[in-house]
Amino acid sequence: MAMTLAEKILARASGREAVVPDQVVVARVDLALSHENADLVRKSFQEIGVARVWDPGKIVIILDHRVPAESEKTATTHQAIREFVRQQGIRHFYDVGRGGICHQVLAENGHVQPGMVVVGTDSHTTTHGAFGAFAAGIGATEMAGVWTEGELWFKTPATMRIEVDGEFAPWISAKDLILYIIGQLGADGADYRAVEFDGPAIRRLSVASRMVLANLSMEMGAKVAFTPVEEIAPDAGARYERVIRIDASREVAEPQIACPHAVDNVKPLSALGNVPVEQAVLGSCTNGRLEDFEIAARILGGRRIHERTRLIVIPASQRIYLEAMRLGYIQTMVEAGAMVNPPGCGPCVGVHQGILAAGEACVSSTNRNFLGRMGSKDSMVYLASPAVVAASAVAGRIAHPAEVTA
Amino acid sequence: MSDQAMKLRGRVAVALSDNVDTDVIYPGRYLNITDREKTAEHLFELAYPEIRAALQPGDIILGGKNFGCGSSREQATAAVKFSGVGAVVAKSFARIFFRNSINLGLPVVTAPAVEARAGDELEIDLLAGKIVNLTTGVVFGAAPLDPRAVELLEAGGLIPYLKVRSQKAEVRSQKAEGRRRNEGAGDEI
Repeated sequence: MAMTLAEKILARASGREAVVPDQVVVARVDLALSHENADLVRKSFQEIGVARVWDPGKIVIILDHRVPAESEKTATTHQAIREFVRQQGIRHFYDVGRGGICHQVLAENGHVQPGMVVVGTDSHTTTHGAFGAFAAGIGATEMAGVWTEGELWFKTPATMRIEVDGEFAPWISAKDLILYIIGQLGADGADYRAVEFDGPAIRRLSVASRMVLANLSMEMGAKVAFTPVEEIAPDAGARYERVIRIDASREVAEPQIACPHAVDNVKPLSALGNVPVEQAVLGSCTNGRLEDFEIAARILGGRRIHERTRLIVIPASQRIYLEAMRLGYIQTMVEAGAMVNPPGCGPCVGVHQGILAAGEACVSSTNRNFLGRMGSKDSMVYLASPAVVAASAVAGRIAHPAEVTA
Repeated sequence: MSDQAMKLRGRVAVALSDNVDTDVIYPGRYLNITDREKTAEHLFELAYPEIRAALQPGDIILGGKNFGCGSSREQATAAVKFSGVGAVVAKSFARIFFRNSINLGLPVVTAPAVEARAGDELEIDLLAGKIVNLTTGVVFGAAPLDPRAVELLEAGGLIPYLKVRSQKAEVRSQKAEGRRRNEGAGDEI
């Protein structure tokens, strides 16, 4: 039977010939990812009362949400995780200063292989579909179950296929494309679904850009999302619940902005009017990679950021930090007036370095703009591409890169 | 647990709009609270602080489409459950929130056509997939829960469910060990 990628991977992981949408299967888990909430998982695991985790080689723990510890409470959490890691012999642990954002570190270190079932106690675990993995976010208690038994039940998702053709205009990136798609489909547009991206425009994208698509698919409710890989492909004749075709040249002709307080509240930049910003954030599991810094440095080079605006730059990992230094991007951005945070989630989740006050607006390359996400409930977050973030930092208001560099 | 126990009755404490996200349910700033009971103190704190004060034990929260979208934070579910909420009924749920709820033993009911207002009394049959609005007299269909979800809810959540399962596995392996010893002892005679 012809199967989609999600169906193929779940069939293999559950020891079946084939699976169909809505079929509930128990799948073997290949990789189990957690960050600071590993402490919550640990507590649930200890409540279950099993002495040892199922496989200490398949659990990866990466501290990223509050690094380095910003409070005694967090320091104690980090300490408890380190102790648990030692006691259980968990082999893949990335401590403060040894990793960065969990999704970037997992990818960089080759933990994810095509065809794997990956679960993570982070909703943006969908990112790893860029490497051909069935990768889904789960909660902490559910992860305690995985640590206990090494398997998990899944309802086989129906698959939605998104085919993208056309050329990206100058300054337009994968972020604009996925924001456009989320705006069209809505925050629940892919609820419970697998998403397969394909088409000439997708196949021309870098790995980092493909990760942006898989990462943000979560914001339209996707359970898993894939971009094409060589090692595993959907069968010819696989059944899709829906096929969407997008012409990037025509439909995503200008930068897309997700306005407060919903990721699907997307408008083309020209529809925004004058939006002054007190803060600009360049980073996160969505857009804190080398290509994001390269384009930002290109815009910021020889310019100064606006006096009204603070620019916070957060490399997604230690490795990206080093490489961005070597290539001069960090130097360029700091010279323009940016402040560099240590690799981690930074202010994206509103708990660490870069919190917003009431009445402030922020343009951000991150992934969520929910009410109060980055600080005060009376602050505003606009999600945009790294190029727009850099241009807006220079202009002091949300701006098109073409305008700033002209 | 009997089928009767899979029936619930409660008052709709609040009727919310579509896409209520996890940051609205439970702000990120409190994610370092890992004591599940304590999460209840921050339920809807930024967006709707008045809801918490008005909640009575067994109350129902009514959501629109895509309830609980966003983060995987289990504290969002814990905060709802430990505020004494008896069930969340919504037109649809975001998948991680839905699973977290079942795993923590909080009944979640998907009812695309449900209509009710704050103050209405609902009777919910989780197994049959039926909601009666006792105030208006209107009956609504709900998605029946997957048998696996029913099993978890009946156990009180995933932790008690796995606790029992791992203890059974332990007893089985001890028995097997005992048999091996007995057989070994037999050999010596």
